[in-house]
Amino acid sequence: MFDFLTEYDVLGAFWVTVQLTVYSAIGSLIWGTILAGMRVSPVPIMRAFGTAYVNIVRNIPLTLVIIAMSLGLYQTLNIALGGGTITTTNFRLAVLGFVLYTSTFVCESLRSGINTVPVGQAEAARALGLNFGQVLRMIVLPQAFRSVIGPLTSVLIALTKNTTVASTIGVAEASLLMSEMTENESDVIGLVFMVFAMGFVILTLPAGLLLGRLAKKAAVKR
Amino acid sequence: MRFSRVLRTGALVAAVGLTLAACGQPNSEEDANKSLVQRAEDNGALTVGIKIDQPGLGLKKPDGSYEGFDVDVAKYVAKELGVEEGDIEFTETPSAQRENMIQNGDVDMIVASYSITPERDEAVDFAGPYFLAHQDLLVRKGDNSIQSAEDLNKNKKLCSVRGSTSAQNVKNDFAPNAQLQEYGGYSECLTGLENKAIDAMTTDDTILAGYAAQQPGKFQLAGAELSNENYGIGLREGDSEGKQALDEAIQKMIDSGEWKKAAEKHFGPAGYEVPEAPTVGEVVE
Amino acid sequence: MSAPSVLYDVPGPKAKARNAVYTVLFLAALAGVAWWIIATLAEKDQLTWEKWGPFFTDGQVWTTFIFPGLLNTLLAAGLAIVIALPLGSLFGILRLSDHVWVRVPAGTVVEFFRAVPVLILMVFADQFYSEYTDIDSDYRPLVAVVTALVLYNGAVLAEVVRAGIQSLPAGQTEAAKAIGMRKTQTMTNVLLPQAVTSMLPAIVSQLVVILKDTALGGAALGFADLFNQIRPIANNYFANTIATMTIVALIYIVLNNVLTFGAGWLEKWSRQRKTSTGAVVKPVDDNGRNV
Repeated sequence: MFDFLTEYDVLGAFWVTVQLTVYSAIGSLIWGTILAGMRVSPVPIMRAFGTAYVNIVRNIPLTLVIIAMSLGLYQTLNIALGGGTITTTNFRLAVLGFVLYTSTFVCESLRSGINTVPVGQAEAARALGLNFGQVLRMIVLPQAFRSVIGPLTSVLIALTKNTTVASTIGVAEASLLMSEMTENESDVIGLVFMVFAMGFVILTLPAGLLLGRLAKKAAVKR
Repeated sequence: MRFSRVLRTGALVAAVGLTLAACGQPNSEEDANKSLVQRAEDNGALTVGIKIDQPGLGLKKPDGSYEGFDVDVAKYVAKELGVEEGDIEFTETPSAQRENMIQNGDVDMIVASYSITPERDEAVDFAGPYFLAHQDLLVRKGDNSIQSAEDLNKNKKLCSVRGSTSAQNVKNDFAPNAQLQEYGGYSECLTGLENKAIDAMTTDDTILAGYAAQQPGKFQLAGAELSNENYGIGLREGDSEGKQALDEAIQKMIDSGEWKKAAEKHFGPAGYEVPEAPTVGEVVE
Repeated sequence: MSAPSVLYDVPGPKAKARNAVYTVLFLAALAGVAWWIIATLAEKDQLTWEKWGPFFTDGQVWTTFIFPGLLNTLLAAGLAIVIALPLGSLFGILRLSDHVWVRVPAGTVVEFFRAVPVLILMVFADQFYSEYTDIDSDYRPLVAVVTALVLYNGAVLAEVVRAGIQSLPAGQTEAAKAIGMRKTQTMTNVLLPQAVTSMLPAIVSQLVVILKDTALGGAALGFADLFNQIRPIANNYFANTIATMTIVALIYIVLNNVLTFGAGWLEKWSRQRKTSTGAVVKPVDDNGRNV
């Protein structure tokens, strides 16, 4: 029943999906934290930039963001991100697109996490003479991160599924292989779909369960 | 109760939506069995399947009209069948669905860079061919490093459309070392070609000439004849009367000089030399 | 802007000077990036009037391409939310059932469709309809897009409904029981009507997610939505892909910001209403979990 699978590198395609997810997750976490820092910073222009960035990028369809990476950044502005071949360039462009988009959700989660840190914590830190950067880095963010593991897990799971959009610029991840297979194996499209659907269930379910448990453990008891 | 009213309205809207979405307008059974000639005569109108995103062949213009060589051919043969230009309903036929749409009776005929192949010939009938096209490469004007498909082996970047056979042809048969970039449409390739992120784009020379003609002086055809594409007019399987009428109409278009005029109008500005008109009924392998 | 102020003191003269320096540096960096982008675009002939002009002078770009595309986007999103709402409510309620044999299958279905990417659902739905049904090919992309959006967002809304009902005080159920209502009566006459008001903001926010996801259909299935108009426009106006993408993105941004604003307004409104319990289901993120 599943012999059609042997002709295709399903595991290889899912491996690309995993790689896209991991690199994008790391990038989104970094850029999202910087954005959150901007949104609560004492410099008005940075706050304005953070707010504008989030409200703009979050509201553009991801498909458009990814296509813009390829057609705008690479093909028009000629930024290849150091990728030598088309395959590596497209992969990096896709990761950059996911980072730009997903970081807005990371930023918003973090900001709501920052709001859960009691005012007294920041006040006490300031009373000790810590400046804004120190308050954020040493007191507020560590507590905020612990309380947003849950929401960030959701963002990670959404990101895993969103990596399928990379197929629009030709990155050979799971959904691109599935499109190819549904066309060639039109008599077993139900099976093809179930294989890929279960692949994503397997990718997202353990992450949700594990991080869910971690979120409970790490939560600051107040 | 208030909520159940909301629920009922929602269900009603949903049902209406589904019905609207699901119902097409299939032609009546008896209508579909008639010959193309008979239908043109009875209804005084025809539904013609074309491409709406291929400059030079079939392109939707901002004013809602259609333009291109295929469109001109469709208009000419329709007129021969007694259908005026205003009574032709043009509809988009995506490549993958062309056989389906003829079999379902969604369209009366298809004039959409539709190559005659043995597999397709089993599902539908073809009149013509009305044009002999070749798969070719489009490169930047003045870029002489790509003269043939084999030149792509020098690590060149080739662009084509996802799911198209042309890119796979080149990669399998001519240039295994070429890098392949695939997009959803050809216009995406043009941006990269113009800015040197891509070195060549491949598909039928007619389509490439259409794109090149839009921006004269920027692109040129490499002139590599990688395949023969015999464009035919697709119609329902077994409609010999319709096929014969279309064949005669195509022949008349060629003989009258209208064919050459149309070809030169749409492909000429790209510096593309319009070939001899094909012999109707003869498919070039 | 009360929250940020706890993180730093009211700036004194020194801090004010420092902030001014940061402002100048940040503005300079932004201006630098913007300048580089504009200069490069101009160098590549992307800022010419022939590429941008049509959007301001030629009404036909809007009437032939953008408005019909926008209409399809709104149609798909509208159909999806209207069908997904009752379906999602049903599954949300089923998940709250007292019977294991109802609760578990309903939960499995909801979790499954929440875990599967919408793009994969769309591709499958499209292939499925083309193989096994004879839906007119004019409508098939729309039907496939709506199907995929309904399956995914139905699952997400099921969770919203469940959260909405669970957010109601236990006293509501107890009072209904006390006056002799059955379980179904309690649900339809007491719990759901109250939950709906608290769910409204979350539902409107979900509409933003749906609206953005319709673009997947434009890219993968050739559904003639707003996103899919980029190609035909670029075909007609000197390959102005960059200009068209910018305009299309702006339309999405305006549309979604209006919806987000509406969700915020609804949230305030339902908080203030005296008849409701004041419970509000928070808007959900892209993955349908509460943020």
